[in-house]
Amino acid sequence: MTRIIILILLIILPLVCRADLSVFACEPEWEALAREIGHDLVDTYSATTALQDPHYIQARPGLIAKVRNADLVICSGAQLEIGWLPVLLTKANNPKVIPGKPGFLEASAYVHRLEIPASVDRGQGDIHPQGNPHIQTDPRNISLVAEGLASRLIALDPANESSYQSGLAEFQQRWQQAISRWEIMAAPLKGSKVIVHHKSWVYLEQWLGMQEVANLEPVPGIPPTASHLSQLLSQFGRGEADYIIRAPFQDAKASEWLAERTGIPAIMLPLTIGGSDAARDLFSLFDDILNRLLGVQP
Amino acid sequence: MVGKLRFIVFICVLFLYRSASAQVPDEQSINGLRQELIQLRQEYQSRIQELEQRIDAMEEQPAAQQAAADVATAGGSLGVLSNSAFNPAIGVIFSGQAWGDNNDPETIRIPGFPLGGEAGPGPEGLVLGETEMDFNANVDDKFTAWLTLPIVIEDGEVTVELEEAWIETLGLPNGFAARFGRFFSGIGYLNGKHAHAWDFVDQPLPYQAFLGNQYVDDGIQVRWLAPTDLYVELGGELLRGGRYPAAGDVDSGFGGRSAFMHVGGDAGINNSWLVGLSYLHVGSDGRPSGDENDPLLFSGDSDLLIAEFVWKWSPQGNWKQKNFVLQGEYLQRSEDGDYRLPNGSVLPYDANQSGWYIQALYQPIPRWRFGARIDMLSAGDPGTLFTGTDLDPKDDDPVRFSLMTDWSNSEFSRLRLQFAHTDYGTIGDNQWGLQYIHSIGAHGAHAF
Repeated sequence: MTRIIILILLIILPLVCRADLSVFACEPEWEALAREIGHDLVDTYSATTALQDPHYIQARPGLIAKVRNADLVICSGAQLEIGWLPVLLTKANNPKVIPGKPGFLEASAYVHRLEIPASVDRGQGDIHPQGNPHIQTDPRNISLVAEGLASRLIALDPANESSYQSGLAEFQQRWQQAISRWEIMAAPLKGSKVIVHHKSWVYLEQWLGMQEVANLEPVPGIPPTASHLSQLLSQFGRGEADYIIRAPFQDAKASEWLAERTGIPAIMLPLTIGGSDAARDLFSLFDDILNRLLGVQP
Repeated sequence: MVGKLRFIVFICVLFLYRSASAQVPDEQSINGLRQELIQLRQEYQSRIQELEQRIDAMEEQPAAQQAAADVATAGGSLGVLSNSAFNPAIGVIFSGQAWGDNNDPETIRIPGFPLGGEAGPGPEGLVLGETEMDFNANVDDKFTAWLTLPIVIEDGEVTVELEEAWIETLGLPNGFAARFGRFFSGIGYLNGKHAHAWDFVDQPLPYQAFLGNQYVDDGIQVRWLAPTDLYVELGGELLRGGRYPAAGDVDSGFGGRSAFMHVGGDAGINNSWLVGLSYLHVGSDGRPSGDENDPLLFSGDSDLLIAEFVWKWSPQGNWKQKNFVLQGEYLQRSEDGDYRLPNGSVLPYDANQSGWYIQALYQPIPRWRFGARIDMLSAGDPGTLFTGTDLDPKDDDPVRFSLMTDWSNSEFSRLRLQFAHTDYGTIGDNQWGLQYIHSIGAHGAHAF
């Protein structure tokens, strides 16, 4: 009997006596940001990978179990995860991380969101009433979210306030330097015209002064159709754009089809960490995005 | 402060310079002043830059502040006594079908399984299905509420049914949650799925036979989720016992109870799985089944056991591009009591029945899914007393094969084609149908 009790305690105690803050991130960029600020004070987990379309994730039992044990849930928000996150939150029975509590952080609430529609009609496709949710493609947004995330970490774990403060300060310093470097690097991209698979890149375009001229999707969320592609071909047949951009989880067929016929280079850009071999953390993510764009620079 | 001082010095110097300019300026003082000016200019430029950055930050800040303010004072900040900001999420689901059958659906009986509840083949021809209205919102920081109101047409009359109306806790500690009101019982895998989330037009035969499609009743449900990385959910329910497979609100309105356990997780990035075991006990007093106008009435106890498994696969977990789902359930029911037959005689009944289904769904490219299902029932022998009645299992166990394909333009619209062949032993039945399921408004996320 004692042996059984000891065994049960051995199983349960490590689960109950977690010293670290457990951070459940919906996307890899927020997981990385939590680690940049919290270092070894946080235990992080990302619900999705860069090879998955974050709109369409199954509310898997494994994810529910992770949310059950989380102290903080950080997600892009603005309805990006509306197809699955609500189920995780309601089935996880964890009152610490429901919206409105300090344990729930919606990253897009900290930035100036673009493309907030004046009217909301699903005839326009899968649009987001609160604006475009793919905020992580502008590094200045990451910096704004970092501030919000640090104050949440401090609120949840005040004993380690100074560590989070210094983690934030150190990150912000390196990040601002990197932004300056990227902006110099990216100067030749200014004014270039891009065709995108899905509207995932508006923040990148705004940051670098690029111009989005067309989408491969006929309306957001609907896969490229033959008729839409042939229309794009007649529109851009003489190469009136500089790039065709897609994320790793989007089918390459459409962008390659158009690239072959128009001569416009089709490139895959990592939308988040892990989207390419080179994009291993937040810094190398933007390095790689710029390298890939500059590598085929017209 | 230092900047201000320097500014004053700068003005003074300027004055001195001007007054001194009348005199012959010496080279050294001019150089000194020049340097001072350059220094000052640099300083002011950096201060202006800093101010610009602050303004930029403030311009971006309102988004966050506004969002925070929305959360904190929704409605209040509008300055009007309007309640509209608290509107719940509302969604409407439309469905309908064109259905064909080589037999008259009215005459089809599954030998040994008089159906009850909502179960049974739908009418032939073009027909409007359930139009379902969903409302949900948080009540306050501790409770959330859900309401489902299907609008159905029964015998030409439009009726609004109360399918679900429940409150759930948001704030219980240690992984507990409680739900109360009218809800789909948490037993099995398919029981809790709304009709619009079904993968085929109809429920598998064992769900039709043992649960009247789905068991929904009034009651209390308590669930607990273990604090482990492995998903382990335990739950129990106390139910009124007013709806099929229960009836008559026995035990003073505490006529049903259930227990269930679900275990699940991921196996690598491509695979995820869920298994479950559920038990339901209900008492019945005069439960109708079979012919609607001339039903059999069962009084007694029913015990139902359900074992389930689900396996989902998707390369890299990128669900939208390609996925495959394999699921199956086994249901076993034992009933002990008596049946009142339409002719008035009351016969003692004690039999075990079982059934299972297994189905596979494949989505090879976005928007298109293909599915196959096999479901089967096997009736226990209630004895020679029942020979010739609806409870007589005759000889063969009914078995059905279904094929379906559906196309979803977006996650809000779906068109489906289904073909099914049922072998009831004595008769073979072919059914085919086209179905649409469309939703507008807020559409809740779907469970695993």
